[in-house]
Amino acid sequence: MQFGVFTIGDIRTDPLTGRAATERERLEMMAAIAVKAEEVGFDVFATGEHHNLPFVASSPTTLLGFIAAKTERIILSTSTTLITTNDPVKIAEDYAVLQHLAGGRVDLMMGRGNTGPVYPWFGKDIREGIPLAIENYALLHQLWRQDVVDWQGRFRTPLQGFTSTPRPLDGVPPFVWHGSVRSREIAEQAAYYGDGFFANHLFFPKDHFVGLVNLYRDRFEHYGHGIREQAVVGLGGQAFMRRNSQDAVRDFRPYFANTAVYGGGPSLEDVADYTPLTVGSPQQVIDKTLTFRETFGDYQRQLFAIDTGGMPLKTVLEQLDLFGEILPILRKEFAAGRPATVPDGPVHPALRASASLTTTHKDR
Amino acid sequence: MKPLNLVVVSAGLSDPSSTRLLADRLTQATRQRLESDGRTVDVHVIELRALAVDIAHNMTLGFPGPALQEAIDTVTRADGLITVTPIFTASYSGLFKSFFDVIDHTALTGKPVLIAATGGTARHSLALEHALRPLFAFLHALVTPTGVFAATDDWGTEGDPYADHLPSRINRAARELAELMPSEPAETKQDDDVVPFAQQLAALGHDG
Repeated sequence: MQFGVFTIGDIRTDPLTGRAATERERLEMMAAIAVKAEEVGFDVFATGEHHNLPFVASSPTTLLGFIAAKTERIILSTSTTLITTNDPVKIAEDYAVLQHLAGGRVDLMMGRGNTGPVYPWFGKDIREGIPLAIENYALLHQLWRQDVVDWQGRFRTPLQGFTSTPRPLDGVPPFVWHGSVRSREIAEQAAYYGDGFFANHLFFPKDHFVGLVNLYRDRFEHYGHGIREQAVVGLGGQAFMRRNSQDAVRDFRPYFANTAVYGGGPSLEDVADYTPLTVGSPQQVIDKTLTFRETFGDYQRQLFAIDTGGMPLKTVLEQLDLFGEILPILRKEFAAGRPATVPDGPVHPALRASASLTTTHKDR
Repeated sequence: MKPLNLVVVSAGLSDPSSTRLLADRLTQATRQRLESDGRTVDVHVIELRALAVDIAHNMTLGFPGPALQEAIDTVTRADGLITVTPIFTASYSGLFKSFFDVIDHTALTGKPVLIAATGGTARHSLALEHALRPLFAFLHALVTPTGVFAATDDWGTEGDPYADHLPSRINRAARELAELMPSEPAETKQDDDVVPFAQQLAALGHDG
């Protein structure tokens, strides 16, 4: 089981000080969060990709490359990489470079993006969102697995005899997750390839995501990648902790009200009731996180959104310290009763070992 | 035989409201008409006032709370729909529109809908034709030719001697709705269909 931090990389005014970070400060803050996340024992740091204000993370591999140089162990990932509007050739190359320089500590999550104008800004049509996600990923998948690619599709110029460079580290492509909030087609896509499926269940009641995850598990088994319990599932989560829960609610409320999604909407208490958000003591975060497993089955990756609503770095680092205390407990609890058939979260050395095993079988 | 689902959406704000009163009259007339054809009917009434805050939260948050979800599911399953709104500022009320804004735009496709409205005077009555009818036409619903408008006066008079009075308009609209409704309830649509991936690839001209 892997635990990680994911951030959307927005700049918002801190409601307590009235001050907003500069772009440089926010980017440095994201790097500092990643470094600290590694230090307290998280396994994954993931950044969003956005091409509009108030976001700063428009170039994830630049940011992740910088973080790779400052860390040793943490997996660098995305939440999400826009498979619709980016050229899949550029994704193949950017993430392969990152994968080499980070020593394999790279995976990525495909998403379609939810900002309408980004499609026309990148020369695409939002009504083709799903077909773009399907075709572009089919090309990316091929570029990382086939040395010389001939390609013709609807959405980019054809390729003849093209080799995407560098080739994936050790011949093993970065692991891919597919993130979706609504689309059954994306759960089906993840299952077809035997890739991971990530349910960012922050913005919807959990029942909605149970349907998507179950579909993905069923179809994963249908496509012969293993039994449904072996499908690779990731979930979102969001937490704010203080030693006692009243302080957590008091201190988080202004940041909650300052988020783009929740501000002006339902109360913190209602949102905490229908979504994975936990605002409370470390024990409450442990308890709620453990319920995800009951809802979705044993899974592989849990990402937490922490730096929301214009929260300053100091507060985020305090949160990470508290996470450092609960992570060992979460690991122990998640390991208890986990069937041996349930795979661990994907890491490069294991993927390399299983790839070489497959090759050996084929050779003989 | 399984009963038909007749769903009533009332956007009246007071309790009791003349909007609900009109909704109840239309419901009763439709029920009688269906039963006289040998069709049985279950009636579900949705008062939007009770969902006003949930609807606003759905607007900001992007998903419905449990009570609103249930109302949306009820409307989506309806075999026939009676919708009644007060006329505010030349159109349906904002609450009425917001409810239909948070429902999936395909949920009403092919669904028989009776449109009705209330207002202070008959001068507002064409709002049915220039506001409600286009809304439901956009949603590809089957709207009854007769829309029923009840002005305050309609509740206490025989009405205009040169036009049908309220009870006869109610009966005519109810008959039209009953005629558009099916003889048996629609199958509950399963949401677990998935297009196999090879088919999705093939649609783009690629092999699986």
